[in-house]
Amino acid sequence: MIIDHPLLGPRDSSEFTYMGDAALIDRPDPEAEDAAQAFYEYAYLRDNPAGWHRELWFHEAGDRSWLVVTRNTLTHEISNVELARDVARSRGRSA
Amino acid sequence: MRYSGFRVIKEALTGHTGWRPAWRDAAPRSQYDIVIIGGGGHGLATAHYLAKEFGQARIAVLEKGWIGGGNVGRNTTIIRSNYLLDGNEPFYEFSLKLWEGLEQDLNYNAMVSQRGILNLIHSDGQRDAFTRRGNAMILNGADADMLSVAEIKKRYPFLNTGDARFPIKGGLAQHRGGTVRHDAVAWGYARSADSRGVDIIQNCEVTGFRIEGGVCKGVETTRGYIAASKVGCAVAGNSSRLMSLANMRLPIESHVLQAFVSEGLKPILPGVITFGAGHFYCSQSDKGGLVFGGDIDGYNSYAQRGNLPVVEDVCEGAMAIFPMLGRARLLRMWGGIMDMSMDGSPIIDRTHIEGLYFNGGWCYGGFKATPASGFAFAHLLATDTPHPTATAYRFDRFRTGRMIDEKGMGNQPNLH
Amino acid sequence: MRMKTAAQKNRLQGGQIDRETELTFTFDGKRYRGHGGDTLASALLANGVRLMGRSFKYHRPRGPVSAGSEEPNALVELRSGDRQEPNTRATTAELFDGLQARSQNRLGSLSFDLLAVNDRLSNFLTAGFYYKTFMWPKAFWEKLYEPVIRRAAGLGSLSLREDPDVYDKGFLHCDLLVIGAGPAGLMAALTAARSGVDVILADEDFRMGGRLNAETLTIDAAPAADWAARTVAELADLPNVRLMPRTTVIGAFDHGIYGAVERVSDHLAAPQPDKPRQILWRIYTRRTVLAAGAIERPIAFQNNDRPGIMTASALRTYANRYGVAVDRRAMIFTNNDDGHRTAADLQAKGIKVIVADVRPETPRALDYEVLAGAQVTDTMGRLGLTFVKLQLADGSERMVECGALGVSGGWNPNVHMTCHHRGRPQWNERLAAFVPDSRPGGLPEGMTVAGAANGDFSTAAALEGGARAARAVLDLRGALPEIPKAEDRPVRLQPFWQVKGAGRAWIDQQNDVTVKDVTLSHQEGFRSVEHLKRYTTLGMATDQGKTANIGGLAIMAELAGKSIPEVGTTIFRPPYTPVAIGVLGGRHRGQQFHPKRLTPSHAWAQEQGAVFVEVGNWLRAQWFPRTGETTWRESVDREVLATRGSVGVCDVTTLGKVDVQGADAAEFLNRIYCNGFAKLPVGKTRYGLMLREDGIAMDDGTAARLAEDHFVVTTTTANALSVYRHMEFVRQCLVPDMDVQLISTTEAWAQFAVAGPKARRVLEKIVDQDISNDAFPFMACANVTVCGGLRARLFRISFSGELAYEIAVPTAYGDALIRRIMAAGAEFGITPYGTEALGVMRIEKGHAAGNELNGTTTALNLGMARMVSTKKDSIGAVLSRREGLNDPGGLRQVGIRPADRADQIPAGAHLMAATGPVDAAHDQGYVSSACYSPTLGHHIALAFLKNGANRLGETLRVVSPLTGVELAVEVCSPHFVDPEGDRLRA
Repeated sequence: MIIDHPLLGPRDSSEFTYMGDAALIDRPDPEAEDAAQAFYEYAYLRDNPAGWHRELWFHEAGDRSWLVVTRNTLTHEISNVELARDVARSRGRSA
Repeated sequence: MRYSGFRVIKEALTGHTGWRPAWRDAAPRSQYDIVIIGGGGHGLATAHYLAKEFGQARIAVLEKGWIGGGNVGRNTTIIRSNYLLDGNEPFYEFSLKLWEGLEQDLNYNAMVSQRGILNLIHSDGQRDAFTRRGNAMILNGADADMLSVAEIKKRYPFLNTGDARFPIKGGLAQHRGGTVRHDAVAWGYARSADSRGVDIIQNCEVTGFRIEGGVCKGVETTRGYIAASKVGCAVAGNSSRLMSLANMRLPIESHVLQAFVSEGLKPILPGVITFGAGHFYCSQSDKGGLVFGGDIDGYNSYAQRGNLPVVEDVCEGAMAIFPMLGRARLLRMWGGIMDMSMDGSPIIDRTHIEGLYFNGGWCYGGFKATPASGFAFAHLLATDTPHPTATAYRFDRFRTGRMIDEKGMGNQPNLH
Repeated sequence: MRMKTAAQKNRLQGGQIDRETELTFTFDGKRYRGHGGDTLASALLANGVRLMGRSFKYHRPRGPVSAGSEEPNALVELRSGDRQEPNTRATTAELFDGLQARSQNRLGSLSFDLLAVNDRLSNFLTAGFYYKTFMWPKAFWEKLYEPVIRRAAGLGSLSLREDPDVYDKGFLHCDLLVIGAGPAGLMAALTAARSGVDVILADEDFRMGGRLNAETLTIDAAPAADWAARTVAELADLPNVRLMPRTTVIGAFDHGIYGAVERVSDHLAAPQPDKPRQILWRIYTRRTVLAAGAIERPIAFQNNDRPGIMTASALRTYANRYGVAVDRRAMIFTNNDDGHRTAADLQAKGIKVIVADVRPETPRALDYEVLAGAQVTDTMGRLGLTFVKLQLADGSERMVECGALGVSGGWNPNVHMTCHHRGRPQWNERLAAFVPDSRPGGLPEGMTVAGAANGDFSTAAALEGGARAARAVLDLRGALPEIPKAEDRPVRLQPFWQVKGAGRAWIDQQNDVTVKDVTLSHQEGFRSVEHLKRYTTLGMATDQGKTANIGGLAIMAELAGKSIPEVGTTIFRPPYTPVAIGVLGGRHRGQQFHPKRLTPSHAWAQEQGAVFVEVGNWLRAQWFPRTGETTWRESVDREVLATRGSVGVCDVTTLGKVDVQGADAAEFLNRIYCNGFAKLPVGKTRYGLMLREDGIAMDDGTAARLAEDHFVVTTTTANALSVYRHMEFVRQCLVPDMDVQLISTTEAWAQFAVAGPKARRVLEKIVDQDISNDAFPFMACANVTVCGGLRARLFRISFSGELAYEIAVPTAYGDALIRRIMAAGAEFGITPYGTEALGVMRIEKGHAAGNELNGTTTALNLGMARMVSTKKDSIGAVLSRREGLNDPGGLRQVGIRPADRADQIPAGAHLMAATGPVDAAHDQGYVSSACYSPTLGHHIALAFLKNGANRLGETLRVVSPLTGVELAVEVCSPHFVDPEGDRLRA
């Protein structure tokens, strides 16, 4: 596969390490009352869709960016690649 | 119809006119006691044991395509019970024992061949871990044998023990491990279940569950609604898709695992062998093809096909330990969809919906588990209690922190 | 001395062989002659040899069915010695001088194969017979039946010796990949190349031109092969074209990546020096034109597998391209006009031809006999065809004496690669064949199909189709290039799959699948295409059903009363043709399997005679044997005692190092470590435990605060990569606005542990500043200079439990530093130690390492529960509180020592009560690490024991049934040496 890195252009997927669903960006609030349940769901439950999937890839043999790749799990087609940091910010994460 | 050598001879002499279909191509009835979704190895085995061991009648197996077309028909055929953890080892040993009696149980020769499995050791840390595992196997009533390099060389004289980047320092063997003709497992279970009255319904895809007041009443299918007192799901890589119809999210990701077969070769490999410093395992089928594989591609996929980097990685592993394989040719590659769970171990449990039961999360260990998985799932469906060897395979183990993590890789399925 | 060889009795005039070059070769030890441009099959046929192999199951005598890579029958063991190559298709093996080939899969000689007895038993050995028998008695399957079957099974043999040849891998990039260099492929390449884009044209054949080389057709009124040669020459002159003959594109992978195997040296007796045998190319292309041609399909009839029976187009190829008559008398059995083309070509070559055409209306032939409405009902000839039995239109029978029978059942577009992304080909009634699914999404992205592969079977259509495909796929503007003039005959065919009533009519020749087997499969309910394939093994041979599948489908369709498309198609999977495992492995063999990472002191350690050990990809010194030491234990014991007694030094560069910088660095570490780091003063180091988000221990190490905004984190060697990745995940994905930057500096710094009571005395001579206990106490850290100005980092941390330092300098100075340390320590008898002594000392000290941090242990298991701060958020904190991870009776790390101090405790043993049963139900835990402690003079171990913290002093049993050990042990503190830590603070 080829991942079109937003900063570096098209790169072979073998330069990357895969982690999983980009929902891992949405780490729950550990102070919340339902933190135990929220962390259980966060760590263990997955949508695992047959179709479009937003997922985390790490450019391990490259610039070490974490990327959010939107990829179809039925066809492997990639429609969008973003820097995970931008996605994280857009989802309200800061420090 | 009973199969036997005598029968084969008789049919040969009478023009093979007496053979009947191995199973009926049943049409769905409106209602069953138990509906199994998934006509793969696990689903068919479940039906067989439900009918044979648990006296259940009025059972249907629903298969969206043709039975045996999923992972039971596209794996590397290995059976073994070389597990470490208490939650796993008794279950897989139970499975191995069922394999040992399978042909007589089914009256079908699935070619269970206990030619042994050997895990190569390349470091002291690995030796410690394999020693612990071998001991756990023996303590659970399984067999295990620590082999020296000399003993390994006797069986595999062409192993690279000279110029290896990661020298072989020994191996953990399970002599009762081996291989089974995978398609025959599906057919044998199907034939046996069918002969006990189970309806095997092909080309019947489940499109929804009818759930009323937290109780599952039946399934909607492409061939109409089918009512059922109990519904058991055993659809491996499609688990998340199916259970999403019941609004469930699972601790499972679907990943593609590639496997490979070589051209037919005169016998070279007596048993199953796995490389411990790379991703490669291999056996030789009765037909002569080398059946081999390695790691999963590593990304979520339902595509049943993989990519070149893993093909190369596996063949690099092959050449690392068997440099004499250079001129053997890879004939075919394919991919199966693995239901990779969050701790690398399966789930056989009731769901929070009454009457709806789940069997999945087999990662790439599903084939060897087929008999025990079927037996344990049948036990659960028939008695509503887990089989004694499958008590740990609960949904709530992730919530309570009782993971069964053989590899110690945590909640990242592609590392298991 | 030239051995005598017979004349090439079946060699004709003409063809594209090089008659000037005479090559000699042997088959089954017999010597023959052929020419440059021959394949092994064409040369053998020229010499009158039709029998080339035996089938898989029945050991039927077989000759080639084809003249190409779809060949199921003519498989040989090529070459000898280490280069022996089983299952090599004689039909594609290029002849070279001195070629050696042997027939395979026989017991006895090729013409007298003892296993041919199976053929007599064929009525018993039908599809799936083995599923129904061999079950009694139970033990006999593995003891008797299976061994017999295995010995008989398989095709060719490997040499079992290391492949002596080298294989390479490479990358290529292009705008257009054209697969197949027949008329469509050549026109596609030409059209694209003239527009200036980068083109790769790959063809599996050694001569480009595809079928144009095998036909008597004309293009622009000249021989088609001449047009092909001219076009290839034009392409070769263009700088933007790469021609790749002898290159098989094996598969279409995701996003326009194709795998291709170039056979660089297979046409030579041995590769030239410095040349690989083959190269695996990964071709990255924007667009692809698949012009893979078509494959003629056979018809099933009684005994249709004798040597001499082949596809009609194969007869034509042998005659036209190779100048070979398979026999001087030939028959053609056809259901379409193309069979007549073969007849005409053969007749023109002086071969006597009769055509049996199943159709009542046939084309008119001037100079050969045509039997309209005739069918072949049987054949004769034990080792090669001698007679063909016909049933004529009027029902009468006729015997024809001939040695060659060409069969034409029509042509199948070669859709193989269009299906690699699981596309399903579509049925075309007019051609009675599957054609590529050209609807959106039906083909791999970026692929277009042209020529016969797309069902355009005439030369004119192929030429135009190729040009149009290239234009379309590259979005080129302007007029089409001029299309050369060529024949444009329509396909005229009457679908015809089998001669009815045949007993044993072969569909899959290699695997011996007959019409009867398909019938039985249907009878027993194996009716879907996947069941048919798996039950009968149809299409599972080395040709993957390229000629066979369609026949099986057609017969199943007839039996089921369905149309062929209703029965379905099996899935074509890569590779297109079988690929040597060697080329897929490439250079990654032997010592080159994985790259080697060498520590900065490697050369020095080699000088000291160190024994090295693989640690991941690193090579580390394991111990440093001295003269007179005969066992590794002697060396390791000495190293430990010398270190604890005076001073030792060890290269610890392999530990992961991550530089953490920024205003929020401390807060960042607070998140990734379960224990607190916010208040760590500058100049101090702290032990840190990292959890995974699931609450399990991930890694441990130290973090040293070199400045307010600068930390150096160390990880274990094994987890250097994964910890860094994890830290970047937290930084980029969870706390994107923290002011913190990370970089892995593992390779940037050479780091040495200097340990032992004299460590300070040694380092005082090297470090340029005061390192007295007051100035540089336990857990201090600092940027320092050494040796009079070289920048360095100094940490007072200890893995061994001794007064110890770790000192780091830029990697380039690592070698110099170890030598300086050794020189400075000489007066104290400084001793280099390796990973074994390192391991012994950490076990003596009770430090967890890889065997304890195995991915399933918690802080509680490790006895570090108090480290998990409840006052802050850190990764893993929440889930570490789950009940299953906090079982009060759960595993705790303890020390154990043998009750009889002479005993040796094996790592991996399990713990049982002192008396009572030994089984899984009574398992109390396990031994994680064990060693001989030279300090204590007996073996010791670290273990995980249920409720272990409360069981110190208990006597237990250690059992290792795997290795036959059972012995009594005492539970003790894991801190065997200096539990109060006085030494490391000294």
